[in-house]
Amino acid sequence: MIPELGQFALVLAVGLCLIQGVLPLWGAAVRNADWVAVARPAAAGQFVFVAIAFAILMQAFLSNDFSVAYVARNSNTALPTMYKVAAVWGAHEGSLLLWSLVLAGWTVAVAVGSRGLPEIFAARVLGVLGLISAGILLFTVATSNPFERLPVPPLDGNDLNPLLQDPALAIHPPMLYIGYVGFAVAFAFAVAALLAGRLDREWARWTRPWTTWAWMFLTMGIALGSWWAYYELGWGGWWFWDPVENASFMPWLLGTALIHSLAVTEKRGLFKSWTLLLAIGTFSLSLLGTFLVRSGVLVSVHAFAADPARGVFILMLLGSITGTALVLYAVRARNMVAEGGFHAVSREVALLLNNVFLVGATAAVLFGTLYPLFLDALGAGKISVGPPFFEIVFLIPMLPLLFLLGLGMHTAWRTMQATTLLRMVRIPALVAVLVGLIVPWLWFDRLSVLSAVGIVSGCWVVAASLRDPIALWRSQRRLPRGQWGMIVAHCGLGLFVLGVTVTSAYNIEIDESIRPGESLEIGSYELGFRGLRNVEGPNYRAVEGEFELRRDGTLVTVLAPQKRVYNVQTSPMTEASIDSAWSRDVFVALGDSLGDGAWSVRLQYKPMIRFIWFGALVMALGGLLATTDRRYRNATAPKPSPATDTLEDAA
Amino acid sequence: MTPRRQRMIVIGLVLAGVAVAVLLASAAFQESVNYFRTPTQVASGDVPATRSIRLGGMVADDSVARDPGSLTVRFTVTDYANNVDVVYTGVLPDLFREGQGVVTRGRLGADGVFEAEEVLAKHDENYMPPEVKEALANAKKAQ
Repeated sequence: MIPELGQFALVLAVGLCLIQGVLPLWGAAVRNADWVAVARPAAAGQFVFVAIAFAILMQAFLSNDFSVAYVARNSNTALPTMYKVAAVWGAHEGSLLLWSLVLAGWTVAVAVGSRGLPEIFAARVLGVLGLISAGILLFTVATSNPFERLPVPPLDGNDLNPLLQDPALAIHPPMLYIGYVGFAVAFAFAVAALLAGRLDREWARWTRPWTTWAWMFLTMGIALGSWWAYYELGWGGWWFWDPVENASFMPWLLGTALIHSLAVTEKRGLFKSWTLLLAIGTFSLSLLGTFLVRSGVLVSVHAFAADPARGVFILMLLGSITGTALVLYAVRARNMVAEGGFHAVSREVALLLNNVFLVGATAAVLFGTLYPLFLDALGAGKISVGPPFFEIVFLIPMLPLLFLLGLGMHTAWRTMQATTLLRMVRIPALVAVLVGLIVPWLWFDRLSVLSAVGIVSGCWVVAASLRDPIALWRSQRRLPRGQWGMIVAHCGLGLFVLGVTVTSAYNIEIDESIRPGESLEIGSYELGFRGLRNVEGPNYRAVEGEFELRRDGTLVTVLAPQKRVYNVQTSPMTEASIDSAWSRDVFVALGDSLGDGAWSVRLQYKPMIRFIWFGALVMALGGLLATTDRRYRNATAPKPSPATDTLEDAA
Repeated sequence: MTPRRQRMIVIGLVLAGVAVAVLLASAAFQESVNYFRTPTQVASGDVPATRSIRLGGMVADDSVARDPGSLTVRFTVTDYANNVDVVYTGVLPDLFREGQGVVTRGRLGADGVFEAEEVLAKHDENYMPPEVKEALANAKKAQ
């Protein structure tokens, strides 16, 4: 009976979403205050019902209710409780429900956080969010009902896919969804501005924190996914340019462009229609990502087998949401007049170039991701686009972007002397070149041109980010938190670039066969294979290898990679064992028994790979600092006080 | 220099930059496109000579053989109409098994043996790469 209540709650939520979507928008159009006032209660109501449905599904998992088909397929009595919770979003139906819950959560946050905004405007934003929610919930109810019953419940469930039984992966989907679903808020703000036919700097100030929050969560979500792929898939790579990874990365890239464009719109009243277009584009890419992942058109870890009706439904949803917004844009965007001009050396130009390169990179990734799908749809053959394409097309816009970033951070709004700018970045540039060339040479004894360019770029971004904090520290001045956010996020990007370049330039990967008692050399390390033993887990059995990691004869640690066989799904799973430090990871994964007591092992030495995820975390921290800036805290203030403005301009 | 001339130079530089970027990108694209082929297509000689392809099908029963103690493994990929022998050196993915779907990336050698550089198996025991599913369906239809 209870699962049916969950389904019923979902249907009620659809109804409330439609009310939340239609009445306030209509009320805003005809200036009917009663209909406008419906927005907030309806938003609260739909959140409550989606949350009830979600809680009921979770309860079905926790109580092992295998009469629910989705639970029977993705859980098992022996599954640890933590993974029973994570299993709720472990497959298609539940992850869509999570999508809806996250969107409902954002909607309520907007309902609460928009109290200071003009009533009509807030009603439009909530109305747009309501329509999006209605679409997604309808999709869930019509094609992917998580509460469907089995006529004959099995005695035990089919267990959660062993790959997903991992702490990082338990929180990766929620983080990712909070991120890319969060761009719906920026989208709704953009559509509300278009409906009003007016966009001022206030609008940008309202929109910015929401966009940055979403961006921050998406950054962490992607980083978690990458980290998981690194240690769990057993391949030791951290990014594969897999279409599904690209699906989450494209909104990130465009969302990053949006954050920067919003800064110009807020500070200078420029780039208005461009900002709107980016807001529409970013959320459209989020929806496209949902389509790619949920329709089964892709070959990937994340693609669950699905029926074609689902793909068609999401495509229609994507088409109507994006299409409506673009039509509205075409009709209304010309009303958004820029409030002034700018000169060649100015922050406006720096941010414009930032946008050009980020949009270029997004377009390249989009092309590589969609082209095979188009060819296939046309019946022109099946192809796949390999990582080399993405690596090159991504590098082309990224190198100039990194170079300009260090300059752009120190530009002033409106105009500035080129000589002043160059004087400001002289020392960071010198430091970057020296450190970037000498340190890798001393550490690794070799340096290729491409890795030198990458390492110097990373050092340049970090050094340029640190210039202001050092100068301020010496002069005892203070910066607003938003400024700190920018500095920290850019510094994180620099650390990330360093991690990526050093790892790809100096990593060592060996696939080898090894017998107990033998040892292998990797870099300055030696790995001795002592033997194997059997291990028993809660819902799996494993063979565990024992490897001694030594450097110059001294024992560093003992590594214990496992080969697991889960009791229900009986498929083998590699659990790599990693000794990690800031300077390097040593990674061992067990392959197969080769006969004669020999085993294949995958052995990897990855210098500075931690900087990749650490850099991403620092970027997210920058986002957190920026969103908690004081000037966003009180959205009711009619105008930003002149004091804050001058303080920032001075900085 | 007149402002007009200055603008023309800027526009020219931007166009040149875009042209170079597009050229580099298309060269990279040519290099990294992999065509998907089924055993039947390989058997009929439908294989690009110079570039690597992705061969997909099922790992034939009783076909996996390895030299004891070595990382080299041989197996047969089949769509139940035609077979292609594959040789691969390296660590196989977890879900590689006889009677299961597989996609391998590599080149067809002169001796007709497919030299795989990479072996991809599915990530979930119920999941079948859509390409392999379609290849099997096509082979069945042709019979």
